[in-house]
Amino acid sequence: MSTITAVRDPQARRRLTALMLGLALLWPMLVLSEFKPWLLFDARNLEVFGNYLAGFVPPATSGEFLGELARATLQTLAMATAGIALSLLIAAPLAFLSTQALSVSRIGPGPGRRRGQVLRTLARGVLTVLRALPEVVWALVFVRALSLGPAAGVLALAITYGGMLGKVYADILESADRRPARALLEGGSGRLAALFYGLLPNAAQELVSYTVYRWECALRASVVMGFVGAGGLGQLMDQSTKMLNGGEACTILLTFLLLVLLADALSSALRRLLA
Amino acid sequence: MSVSFDGVGLVHPNGYRALRAVSLGVRAGERVAVIGPSGAGKTSLLRLAAGSLQPSEGRVTVLEANPWQLGAMALRRLRARIGLVHQHPPIPPRLRVVTAVLAGRLGQWGTARALASLVYPADIAGATEALARLDLADRVFDRCDRLSGGQLQRVGIARVLYQAPALMLADEPVSALDPTLADAAVGQLIAQSERSGAALVASLHAVDLALKWFPRIVGMRNGELAFDAPAAEVSPAMLHALYAAEGAVLPTQVNDPRVVEALPQRPGCR
Repeated sequence: MSTITAVRDPQARRRLTALMLGLALLWPMLVLSEFKPWLLFDARNLEVFGNYLAGFVPPATSGEFLGELARATLQTLAMATAGIALSLLIAAPLAFLSTQALSVSRIGPGPGRRRGQVLRTLARGVLTVLRALPEVVWALVFVRALSLGPAAGVLALAITYGGMLGKVYADILESADRRPARALLEGGSGRLAALFYGLLPNAAQELVSYTVYRWECALRASVVMGFVGAGGLGQLMDQSTKMLNGGEACTILLTFLLLVLLADALSSALRRLLA
Repeated sequence: MSVSFDGVGLVHPNGYRALRAVSLGVRAGERVAVIGPSGAGKTSLLRLAAGSLQPSEGRVTVLEANPWQLGAMALRRLRARIGLVHQHPPIPPRLRVVTAVLAGRLGQWGTARALASLVYPADIAGATEALARLDLADRVFDRCDRLSGGQLQRVGIARVLYQAPALMLADEPVSALDPTLADAAVGQLIAQSERSGAALVASLHAVDLALKWFPRIVGMRNGELAFDAPAAEVSPAMLHALYAAEGAVLPTQVNDPRVVEALPQRPGCR
């Protein structure tokens, strides 16, 4: 027989401490990053800002410029797509290696546990190294090596995005329902088969939506890399702003917006397909 | 011996003791029902026999091998010969029924065949045949999230029937089925064991179902064996002692205590 008494939540103190610690860490970060949003609304700053924006209307619509814009847009799309495709070749195998959700040796635990742990840590380490440098830095390096043009951007994207995609893929696979894959591994199935029969049916939607989102980020990144000479919309934007042509810059920005809307539509269409 | 436990104990990583000094042998082709109140250690017992948990003490031998002394490849081959019906079928809701059933043979198929079967099902006839035994043949190409809980549980059973393992384990395989369907489903597991000569160890919540179909009953309580006896020798007093903590009423299909009082004396329960 047990008597029922009002028991206090044993985790309450730990949770409160964690919350206070989080807040205490956040404050110095805001100070360090000179976060002073009210400066934006300072009268002098508003005037500078307004003059800059006034140069943006009307958007440039000359046929010659639009032709150039179309070529640059295609180049940017191609750079982002080729970069993502190459990064998948890096990310998929490394994620497969590094995810705990497909570990056979953790069942039991059985033989080869140490080896599995070392392999997973190594693969995670490779992914970290790949994504440690921003793609712009890689682009600067490759522009030196391969001369100006989109090829440098593609390689830069492949490396950094390979690291990012691989890490997030592994995490997504771990946060999906792991029991189906585990049950298959317990029945002697191979790891690849367990991935396709047990994990992907649950995780495919999220994997695809994250990949399309990364493609969208790659579009933006390829624009930034254009500024350092990797071609595409970024290079065009660089030229326009250097010539102080606000109208052209405006048209280019509108094109960005369209591209992001396109990526979003593609993502929801694919998600619906996999639902 | 298909399964042999020798002084087996199990302590979970969080310190909870699930099993204590369990010794038990199941011969090839033998059919054993494990009964007992919830938390008695039935699932732990089955997971140890399935080679998916390592015992903390004692020795588990499955199909003449100690799983935890095998290399990775040999352990995988051993696991492919063991089929476990889970209480909650571990089947992704987006999978089609045919794929869920064919997954039973992933341990026997190579990776190439497994992946090709996702493009076009490798053995539609085999999957349909296994489903037909559970009266689900018409749902082969449905998605699993279209099924009810009971139907999904039967798909889980069909997967193991299709696997045709050398050792069949079942953890509350019919907990989501109504009495008629539960009876038929247990009957199919028994029939598979008779046909293939595979041993069958099933934990069951319904005592009447256990007594009706299984010649040997193992009672578990608090992580220990309470009794291990032929079905005909299981007396109402033994059952009441087993379920003492759960009150006076024994868990059965129809939940009518008189049925169980009458059961041990029924003919054919040997």
